[in-house]
Amino acid sequence: MQVNNEFRPTIVAFCCNWCSYAGADLAGTNRATYPADVKIIRVPCSCRVNPMFILRAFQRGADGVILCGCHPGDCHYTSGNYYARRRMTMLFSMLDYLGIERERTRVEWVSAAEGAKFAATMNEFVATVTKLGENKRLEDLRCKN
Amino acid sequence: MQKIGVFVCWCGSNIAATVDVKRVAEALSHENGVVYSTDYQYMCSEAGQNLIKDAIKTHGLTGVVVCSCSPRMHENTFRKACALAGINPYMVEIANIREQCSWIHKDMVQATAKAIILGKAAIAKVHLNAPLTAGTSPVKKRALVIGGGIAGIQTALDIAEAGFEVDIVEKKPTIGGKMSQIDKTFPTLDCAACILTPKMVDVAQNELINIYSYSEVSAVKGFVGNFTVTIKKKARYVKEDVCTGCGLCTEKCPQKKVPNEFNLGMDNRRAIYIPFAQAVPKVATIDPEYCTKLKTGKCGVCEKVCTAKAIDYNQKDEFIEREYGAIVVATGFNPIDLKDYDEYAYSQSPDVVTSLEFERITNAAGPTAGKLLRPSDGKHPHTIVFVQCVGSRDTSGCGKPYCSKICCMYTAKHAMLTREKYPDTEVYVFYIDVRTPGKSFDEFYRRAVEEYGVHYIKGMVGKVAPEGDKLMVQASDLIANEQLNIAADMVVLAAAIEPDKSARPLATMLTASMDTNDFFTEAHPKLRPVESPTAGVFLSGACQGPKDIPETVSQASAAASKVIGLLVKDHLTCNPCVAESNELMCNGCSACEKVCPYGAITYIDKEFRMPDRTTLVRRVASVNPAVCQGCGACTVACPSGAMDLKGFSNNQIMAEVDAICK
Amino acid sequence: MTELQMKEQVLRMSGVDPLKCMRCGKCSGTCPSYDEMEYHPHEFVYMVEKGQISKLMASDSIYKCLSCMACVERCPRGVEPGKLVEAIRLLAVRRQGANHLKPDDIPAMLDEDLPQQAIVTAFRKYTK
Repeated sequence: MQVNNEFRPTIVAFCCNWCSYAGADLAGTNRATYPADVKIIRVPCSCRVNPMFILRAFQRGADGVILCGCHPGDCHYTSGNYYARRRMTMLFSMLDYLGIERERTRVEWVSAAEGAKFAATMNEFVATVTKLGENKRLEDLRCKN
Repeated sequence: MQKIGVFVCWCGSNIAATVDVKRVAEALSHENGVVYSTDYQYMCSEAGQNLIKDAIKTHGLTGVVVCSCSPRMHENTFRKACALAGINPYMVEIANIREQCSWIHKDMVQATAKAIILGKAAIAKVHLNAPLTAGTSPVKKRALVIGGGIAGIQTALDIAEAGFEVDIVEKKPTIGGKMSQIDKTFPTLDCAACILTPKMVDVAQNELINIYSYSEVSAVKGFVGNFTVTIKKKARYVKEDVCTGCGLCTEKCPQKKVPNEFNLGMDNRRAIYIPFAQAVPKVATIDPEYCTKLKTGKCGVCEKVCTAKAIDYNQKDEFIEREYGAIVVATGFNPIDLKDYDEYAYSQSPDVVTSLEFERITNAAGPTAGKLLRPSDGKHPHTIVFVQCVGSRDTSGCGKPYCSKICCMYTAKHAMLTREKYPDTEVYVFYIDVRTPGKSFDEFYRRAVEEYGVHYIKGMVGKVAPEGDKLMVQASDLIANEQLNIAADMVVLAAAIEPDKSARPLATMLTASMDTNDFFTEAHPKLRPVESPTAGVFLSGACQGPKDIPETVSQASAAASKVIGLLVKDHLTCNPCVAESNELMCNGCSACEKVCPYGAITYIDKEFRMPDRTTLVRRVASVNPAVCQGCGACTVACPSGAMDLKGFSNNQIMAEVDAICK
Repeated sequence: MTELQMKEQVLRMSGVDPLKCMRCGKCSGTCPSYDEMEYHPHEFVYMVEKGQISKLMASDSIYKCLSCMACVERCPRGVEPGKLVEAIRLLAVRRQGANHLKPDDIPAMLDEDLPQQAIVTAFRKYTK
């Protein structure tokens, strides 16, 4: 999205319902600010995130995708975040190979108590992606306008 | 095509101050499928809910999007309202424009733009929503209590009181737990046996309670309302139903040198034994590690003396499978091993004892028949030093970081009782802080100081060195700012307590979570303190955290009430957002079965009608909706895309992604 | 240097966090040099926390400490008071001129009963 010639990235954040989504809510409750470029999609668990969703996001013009889940050992479903970690390790290295910078993708563990961490993570992630600029590598130009 | 209604909430000024709610409602009204769009001050209020209900009826809505606070807050409110208006509650989606929009953004233009996008994503999802119906599963009306200490006993009695069957699994030959080893209880100083043993008898006599003593849980399958538990009944080489508990064998057994664990190894028992006089069940047990007959085949004295013919040397471990609706964990605690605290000379001198050992020494049924005598030479000690916080509040790595909670009170009790019975004995207590929150607790501690003249010294013992028949205690007195050297006859260490070692493997079997100290975690630390996060598993007593007896008993009764609340139900409503396998696409590869943490997926052979009118039997995945918790691990593992999660389907999430990235 | 700067320097040099101390006094309970010292190990921790470094630097206690590290070994919170003593001693030693000793003066100042730091340190190092 170009507003006043200033680049604003589109960021998709997948948050697990039990920890990170609650952490994002807590960030709101504490009025911890982060850029409006981040849009959150609620999933039951980080292991629900199919690598396809992330590819789709990049295809549709996302500039960065972040996946947030419970801390290792704290998964509501005992082991979902471990699955997510493995799957994303594979996916991100593939994306790297395709030329999508490593910094555009991230997995972060945010607990329901870490509102401040959620906001800090998002601020930092948005800053990183903004610096990288628009993602053009995987973007499907037919999706533009 | 769905007919969708959009309802934008102001939340007073919480949302309306940073999001232009009118603009959001207007912008979303142009979205595909939206037939009605409005805004209101408080959507969650009675009037707001009526607004939604009326709109559903007048506009014939099939889907609802509420742009409001977090779904964690009011999703259920709006679902219920919609259900009352006649549409499926799972046709409702919430766009979180408060916690994740208005509260974090200051710029109205940006916040409004984001709110519109979040609204669009929710609309895109609702288009693909399907009505879901929550299934039900039956409840097996029997409870299992793991652990037969005071926590397990109280829980079992309370559940049985309500008329439900209860099984207690206890790994020791008798129930009673730690409380049976204790002499007196603080702060009232009534004798532990006098208040515990009647309860043990109640358990034994209650027709609804069944005790599996000398048994362990070896496998747990199933889910809330329908657990299948395998109980391993260890061979005790004595027929439980035949033994009368006369105790003749325990007197005649020639193997006399077996450390008596009930007295913490301070005296000996026989190879066939009954742990203590009031044991329940009062049945002898043969210790296979020491029994000469079992080890060498020669002896058989117990068999000869047993008039009831209860001895059976050929008994084998037995596995019993039982079904339960609820499981209560009451595995309790143990004092820590003091091997890492050799500065207190615990391994060097028998006169350095733990508090539980001291408890046995002062107990009339203990190794010294209740007389306070030193373990080394049987002399009466004239100076006793108590050291508190041994291994508690220790972050250096060898102890436990938490406060063990009970030590301050039992140390005050020991000190007081010693001074009462033996006024010629000087008693020193070294403390860091005296923590006595509890009814009549602080008064109790003050009585020890003021009426019984116990010397309480703020400071820690640095080291204990055996010298001759004395124990040289070097300690600091922080208030006098001096170092003390006391020649003591006995040193009593208030060892930290830790969860029983059996708790960790049990937690794995139950898929219940634990903290870093191996205490079971509760579903909510304040509001759901006796439930574990795993449905149908409840917590009672010190397995959840250090606790004294009054607290343990109240928690035990609380856990029982939760169990009763579960068992009175005939059916449980399940979460309808569960995985579903498209059998036509499933190729039977088992990938989903392997990632499922709940064992909810099984493979079945199913007949399919082929186009040419033949039938084909194929192996396909089948999800048990009562077991599935809806994490979605299987949906990603499935290589053929056959597995999907209701309520969070691939298409729904993809539609959200599209709406956000557009 | 102000007291605050000195405190910061001591904390940096020693790597000790005095706020971890729960004031149990086990360090002083275990200290073999306790009676020789004006300020005791637990007081070092407390006084550093309060920023009273110059008082400690002026005291004999920093030289009476044997560096046996019993306090470090036994502290239940991992505070390591002995490291504070060492850091303050180092701060005093580094202060050139203020306490510059002449080698000839040293024998007269030695305490007959007290084992020398170097010996204790050697024991500690070579007996493990």
